[in-house]
Amino acid sequence: MYPGQFEYHRAASIKDALDLLKRYGDDAKLLSGGHSLIPMMKLRLAQPAHLIDVTKIAELRALSESGGKIVIGAAAPHDAVATSSLVRDKLGLLAEAAAAIGDVQVRNRGTIGGSLTHADPAADYPAAVLALEGEIKLERDGGSRTVKAADFFLDLMTTAVQPGELLSQIAFAPIPAGAGYSYQKYPHPASGFAMVGVAALVSLDRSGKIASARVGVTGLGAKAFRAGAVEAALAGKAADAATITAAAAKTADGIDALGDIHASSEYRAELARVYARRAIQAAVARAKA
Amino acid sequence: MAVVPKFVGERIKRREDPRLISGTATYVDDVRLPGTLAAVVLRSPYPHARINSIDVAAARSAPGVAAVLTGADLKDKVGGIPCVAPAEHIPFHPLLAQGKVRFVGESVAVVVASDAYKAQDAANLIEVDYDPLDAVSDPEKALADGAPILHEEFGNNLVTRALVPNPAVDEAIAKADKVIKFRIVNQRLAPVPMEPRGVLADWHQASGHLTVWTSTQIPHLLRSALAAVLGLPENRVRVIAPEVGGGFGAKLNFYREEALVGYLSRMLGKPVKWIERRRENLATTTHGRDQITYLEVPVKNDGTVLGIKAKFICDMGAYLQLLTPAIPGFSGLMMTGCYKIPATSFEQVMVFTNKMATDAYRGAGRPEAAYIAERTMDMVALELGLDPVEVRRRNFIPKDAFPYATCAGLVYDSGDYNTALNKALEIVDYPKIRAEQAEALKHGRYVGIGVASYVEICGIGPSVMLPPKVPGWESATVRMEPDSRVTVLTGISPHGQGQETTFAQMAADAFGIDIDDVAVVHGDTAIVQYGVGTFGSRGLSVGGAALMMSVSKVQDKLKKIASTMMEAPPDQLTFANRTVALKSDATKSIPLQAVVDAAYGWKMPIPGMEPGLDATSVFEPTGCTFPFGTHISVVEVDPDTGVVKFLRYVAVDDCGNIISPLLVAGQVHGGIAQGIAQALYEEVVYDENGQLVTATLMDYAAPRAQMLPRYELAHTVTPSPLNPMGVKGVGEAGTIGSTPCVVNAVMDALKPLGVRHIDMPLRPEKLWRAIRDAKKA
Repeated sequence: MYPGQFEYHRAASIKDALDLLKRYGDDAKLLSGGHSLIPMMKLRLAQPAHLIDVTKIAELRALSESGGKIVIGAAAPHDAVATSSLVRDKLGLLAEAAAAIGDVQVRNRGTIGGSLTHADPAADYPAAVLALEGEIKLERDGGSRTVKAADFFLDLMTTAVQPGELLSQIAFAPIPAGAGYSYQKYPHPASGFAMVGVAALVSLDRSGKIASARVGVTGLGAKAFRAGAVEAALAGKAADAATITAAAAKTADGIDALGDIHASSEYRAELARVYARRAIQAAVARAKA
Repeated sequence: MAVVPKFVGERIKRREDPRLISGTATYVDDVRLPGTLAAVVLRSPYPHARINSIDVAAARSAPGVAAVLTGADLKDKVGGIPCVAPAEHIPFHPLLAQGKVRFVGESVAVVVASDAYKAQDAANLIEVDYDPLDAVSDPEKALADGAPILHEEFGNNLVTRALVPNPAVDEAIAKADKVIKFRIVNQRLAPVPMEPRGVLADWHQASGHLTVWTSTQIPHLLRSALAAVLGLPENRVRVIAPEVGGGFGAKLNFYREEALVGYLSRMLGKPVKWIERRRENLATTTHGRDQITYLEVPVKNDGTVLGIKAKFICDMGAYLQLLTPAIPGFSGLMMTGCYKIPATSFEQVMVFTNKMATDAYRGAGRPEAAYIAERTMDMVALELGLDPVEVRRRNFIPKDAFPYATCAGLVYDSGDYNTALNKALEIVDYPKIRAEQAEALKHGRYVGIGVASYVEICGIGPSVMLPPKVPGWESATVRMEPDSRVTVLTGISPHGQGQETTFAQMAADAFGIDIDDVAVVHGDTAIVQYGVGTFGSRGLSVGGAALMMSVSKVQDKLKKIASTMMEAPPDQLTFANRTVALKSDATKSIPLQAVVDAAYGWKMPIPGMEPGLDATSVFEPTGCTFPFGTHISVVEVDPDTGVVKFLRYVAVDDCGNIISPLLVAGQVHGGIAQGIAQALYEEVVYDENGQLVTATLMDYAAPRAQMLPRYELAHTVTPSPLNPMGVKGVGEAGTIGSTPCVVNAVMDALKPLGVRHIDMPLRPEKLWRAIRDAKKA
């Protein structure tokens, strides 16, 4: 309803933000778009005494290309990612996922770093970041480290980010020429989050067979994941409907699916299989041999 | 001088919109009085519990706190929330729980502090010792032996039982070729207005006046109720409904917080404000629908419906709000729809459950009725192997039968159901889409076509149609100001409907002036004469009729004065282009301003005539209006996921004469959105223990633009004989027509699989399961 009292700090630089984090420790929370944190504060499920706003740090908002990588600043709003020509040209799958998030207001304010660190099990971004094998950079006082997307999501709303760390950017290798991709989502009718969302990235070899496939899934379980069994069932196979359907049928294998009034776990698992099939099919259709 | 155009019937943009779109409108929360204190309500997390004790000591001494009250502090000092509709059991409805809580969100204590944050801090310090009790959330279990009883003094959970028997129905059942039986549910919905509720009260000690700003549809009725509960004279209470961001019936009520905030302001001698948060809105603003209906429908093999026998179980929630037990009656009365059904009977069992009270929600009983009538028609078609369109045609009340008295005792004013149906069929190209549907099925695609021909009831009165203290008349004052501009004071209280536009169109044309020369004032009991309010699509048909009564009184006076100035009989005069002119020769005219000057001047040209130009009138309708129409939707159900996709949505509505086409379209758009949402998305869910599951908009599926189809709108025009404009009302038509139309379409799509009926909302999972089970079988 109404949040508790807190102090607001606007960090001017990454160093500034890290200093503030160090000073206030567990009493502090980093504030980016605020779309998840502020509602939790209003319900008093979170009551940080200090909020450190990182959205005014210029380098955290930048989208750039360097050293053969596309680098997305953690405080880049979803809309910037969805509409950037750099991202659309070289990381189209990420742009598609960004464009599928929420509504215009949400996309103008919510940020990729906020979404990834919050790790809502139904967030859109994680599926694409997993499929694109993003490298997530975490800054800390006196250093930084890089965590692979596959190692980043640990559990429900739990990530590899340690106390005192700040997610500063995500780096991606550009999508190879000729690869096809698609993000397919069934939006939750109330929240607009992904009931299920599947990001597929497929490369074909010269004969038209699937050279490699990467499939990221969100919404189904407690955390977003790479559907390894699906990928394995596609690799080296003909890119036909039977193969894709058989592979997609494995999407929910071994996953403890979530359920709510809008979709039981059984139905969510079926949605995941159907949306995986559709995402892979769409990616194959866009891929060039 | 430029010619003044006509406005009635033209596509006039809403004059309300610039301030709404630019964010400069003043809602309750925008009213800022110096020294205002903020109230926060502590609410029950339990659906049913005994309160052993409440410890407010820490809250009372928290920083900034001015007052903390519990139910014990109010006992015998203030009245309860009234229910004006008759019922066998009407419990005392306290402002703060007395000894027991009966639904999740029930107010238990209130904290007033220097700001809302401090009030919330203090509220969190209140310790309530609850003894949780068993709860009942299923209305069909509420009357069972051993069910937890909400109000012990009644000995059971019965609110009231209404029985409208008719032996002719049983005779029809005995002689019918076939009797079709089924059970359908109109699920509980939350109205979710964009602006939640909010109240600001300002007690003026020296004069003993209380001013209350509140987000309401009924400022005058609310003033009466508030004065009674607080024990104040009505002439010392002023209620202002500033900009109201939607109500949909939920603000046709009088709530605990409205009384509580008024009481607190008086107690503290300071302005006190309470603004409802969205979670509170979902839990503690009235819900709608929540009816289960068991139907028996005797038919002949040719599709003729001989009767309808219905039993309703109506979930009233834990307490009764203003009209709670009155709503289901409309469902019983209107369940025969636009059909000539010779015999009906119904029984309605209304029960208490551990949930928020239900009350009016867009349509208030009629959407439920239309759903019953239109699902019945499709059931008849399905069971007899007939085309649903043919079944409707066979049973329609013919157009030469109006005024038509239904066997439930209503008199339909006018109608032409077949023409509306034909127009909708033409637009959608019915034979072609039926052929396309058959072709699609060959390719494994499940396309469905849904038809709903609805009729509803609007413009209520006469007053005898409504409970005491909620009369059916409406008032209007028309004042031509000394500069010949017009001020309209209307007793209705628009909260999104747009009467600042329609009433200005009507007044401008009547006086031959520009629409910008008319100001429409509403929503302030200190300025506007007593009125009733805006609900049941009555604003134009009842409020507009009162307006036209006052308009003609002022016109008559102007004509009489002009007649002496022009030496022409008053009945030969008309108003055009800011002049009073001869009907026969418009070049013979005098400026309107000259007549107004005379009326207000130092020398009234007619000796003995009272100076000034204003009139107040009250219109008491002799009967209700009955708008109707046909909606047709074409949908496709994805057999892999159960997701419904719209291919077409056609609405042909007949709301009588149309004053403002753009506003009618807006009403139809919004109405269809909410009706589709009932069919496909929305449901207030309490679990079996009475916990509210849909407590936030993360769980409650209110519709958004991308969930809705493109609408193809058209109209037929059958004027109502019951008001001078020939209008019927259109505020709820879209909601009423669309829900059955969409459900019928989805069921039609699944017909090849043998699916007969699925209850709303038609969530994809339900459809997916039905498809899967059908394919297995």
